[in-house]
Amino acid sequence: MTKELWKGNEALAEAALRAGLEAYFGYPITPQTELLEYLAKKMLATGRAFVQAESEVAAINMVYGAASTGARVMSSSSSPGMSLMQEGLSYIAGSQVPVVLVDIMRGGPGLGNIAPSQSDYFQLTKGGGHGDYRPIVLAPASVQEAADLMYGAFDLADKYRYIVIIAADGNIGQMMEPIEMPPQRRLEKKDRGWELTGAAGRPHRLISSIYLQSEALHQFNMHLQAKHRQIEQNEVRYEEYLLDDAEYAVVAFGSAARAAHSAVRWARAKNIRAGLFRPISLYPFPHAQLTALAQRVRALLVVEMNTGQMLEDVRLAVAERVPIQFYGVTGGLVPFADDVLPEIEKLTRLDNGAS
Amino acid sequence: MAKGTITIDERRCKGCELCTTVCPKNIIHMATTFSARGYRPAILVDPNEQCTGCLLCATICPDVAITVYREIKPKATTPSTTRNT
Amino acid sequence: MLNEHMQTVFDYPDALTPGVTHYCPGCTHGIIHRLIAETIDELGIREKTIGVAPVGCSVFIYNYLDTDFAEAAHGRAPAMATGIKRTLPDRIVFTYQGDGDLAAIGTAEIIHAAARGENLTVIFANNAIYGMTGGQMAPTTLPGMRTTSSPSGRDVEVQGWPLKMSELLAQMPGASYIARRSVHDPGNINKTKKAIKTAFQVQLHQAGFAMVEVLSSCPTNWNVSPKDALTFIKEQMLPYYPLGDYKIGDAIKTLV
Repeated sequence: MTKELWKGNEALAEAALRAGLEAYFGYPITPQTELLEYLAKKMLATGRAFVQAESEVAAINMVYGAASTGARVMSSSSSPGMSLMQEGLSYIAGSQVPVVLVDIMRGGPGLGNIAPSQSDYFQLTKGGGHGDYRPIVLAPASVQEAADLMYGAFDLADKYRYIVIIAADGNIGQMMEPIEMPPQRRLEKKDRGWELTGAAGRPHRLISSIYLQSEALHQFNMHLQAKHRQIEQNEVRYEEYLLDDAEYAVVAFGSAARAAHSAVRWARAKNIRAGLFRPISLYPFPHAQLTALAQRVRALLVVEMNTGQMLEDVRLAVAERVPIQFYGVTGGLVPFADDVLPEIEKLTRLDNGAS
Repeated sequence: MAKGTITIDERRCKGCELCTTVCPKNIIHMATTFSARGYRPAILVDPNEQCTGCLLCATICPDVAITVYREIKPKATTPSTTRNT
Repeated sequence: MLNEHMQTVFDYPDALTPGVTHYCPGCTHGIIHRLIAETIDELGIREKTIGVAPVGCSVFIYNYLDTDFAEAAHGRAPAMATGIKRTLPDRIVFTYQGDGDLAAIGTAEIIHAAARGENLTVIFANNAIYGMTGGQMAPTTLPGMRTTSSPSGRDVEVQGWPLKMSELLAQMPGASYIARRSVHDPGNINKTKKAIKTAFQVQLHQAGFAMVEVLSSCPTNWNVSPKDALTFIKEQMLPYYPLGDYKIGDAIKTLV
């Protein structure tokens, strides 16, 4: 297949269409707006459901409604908009309807700015809204990977009747790269026994997150927990680079991992046995893989475009086995390889007892 | 005046008394006994068969506890005109 | 006495489930539910109707009407209904919302659903109070009316003015049918029934947004008897919330 040049946001939109997207509801926000614009053009032209909502609050509740009918539905936003969607996401998790979202992360807190960031990690991976739920969160490091993850996201959401969030930072959304776009899929619609279609020849159905009896809500939460364990068992995704003989490992996701990748290569050129561990699924977090990695290397460096959010998950996985250093930039600053390389070099000195 | 009657489902009635306020014949009263749910249900007391089946009580009942019946007079058979053919 | 010449002239609607509601004695939600059920039966749309339930006292409406239902977050029913209707345009989608839901937390959602002219039917029960949480001031609480959060009566200088949603929504070009009715006596209940039926017919004709605001009672939180609650609607609420048709769009003139 030939490669074509695609902008991240538009590649995400086209991949969603090719995966059988039936409905989109969203609100413009930089730096994800091209995604909404692309879908406006394509979906309105083909008579598919597309609404530019009055707010992200409304958009996510339109998504909730469409998902309740069993439609392949998505929304997209950026950090402040994701904050507004948390109420709806909590209800969606509590109702177990499949939903796909894209978060093109920008700098916070508050209005912050429109530049790339990874500071939604906590909000996305730990639940975000009220209650004990955790969406599946996938973090692409390239436009190709963004399209591929998007293409599979609906199946994943359907499989678990749960939320799947593509967490890309503004770099991935805005940059253009040559990619192979996956082919158009044909979907077969069949009743799965829960969607709202009108109670024709069957008992009426209810999509709801309400469990008034304490025991019933506890049971439901245990069911969600069992789902989490299944997801943790089946859906962990990560990439390793030069880790086979590594003494020092860099852990980074998304576009921060691109800089780390180059820095690792440069470190190798300086005879430092460095490697890269890149979580692709931020939830489920590759916890066991990092625990195992910590038994093989001498020290870890976590690189993020925030002040150390994934760092906490790395610490949980590694415990006190090896020292963990952190390098983070925020506010739209992007780590470059020549920023990361000195940090890797510091790891080797740390290891030698020098601070 | 048409003859009618009502039945009040004691299991549904919550004793709100609204039906008693709209009955034009004042023949719906509150029971002095309690229903299984602990309410004093409305009852029809109509010894003189005054109920016309006017629907007002059922219309205002918030618990859809009342069924209304009305006597449908068997239509007087129209005298058949004898035609000579 | 029941005899063999008698026929049933008023019976329990098919679209209403057999259970007893959780509503307080004299609460008029039960009347409005019945009117919706009768409408669904008469239009023969039970099997293609999807309801969206609100947050508030009527949260459990999905237990009482025998149709598919989604349970929305507080105020978001019009957005959720939009998502359902846009993906299943040939189904009949309605929301049932109270005053806190529709006129406070969900004001943006209802206004924009109307502005878009969504083919939805909205039944808005306005009883001027928050029932479920125990009688706090609602966006539609009358000036001077005592509630647990306006204990000396609503002072409009401090707590602002009640919203008149029918008047507000009638301004939307996308709104096709906007009417205010009341259930304080049998005659008005019958008029409410007719309006609710019209609001569903508007959707069957894909003629845009339809809402019926129904002035209803809350004897428990108004601290009055069910009978006095209906008198309160008549004497106190009607002057502030006049009944009538606030919008009858050109497309539906023949329906009304």
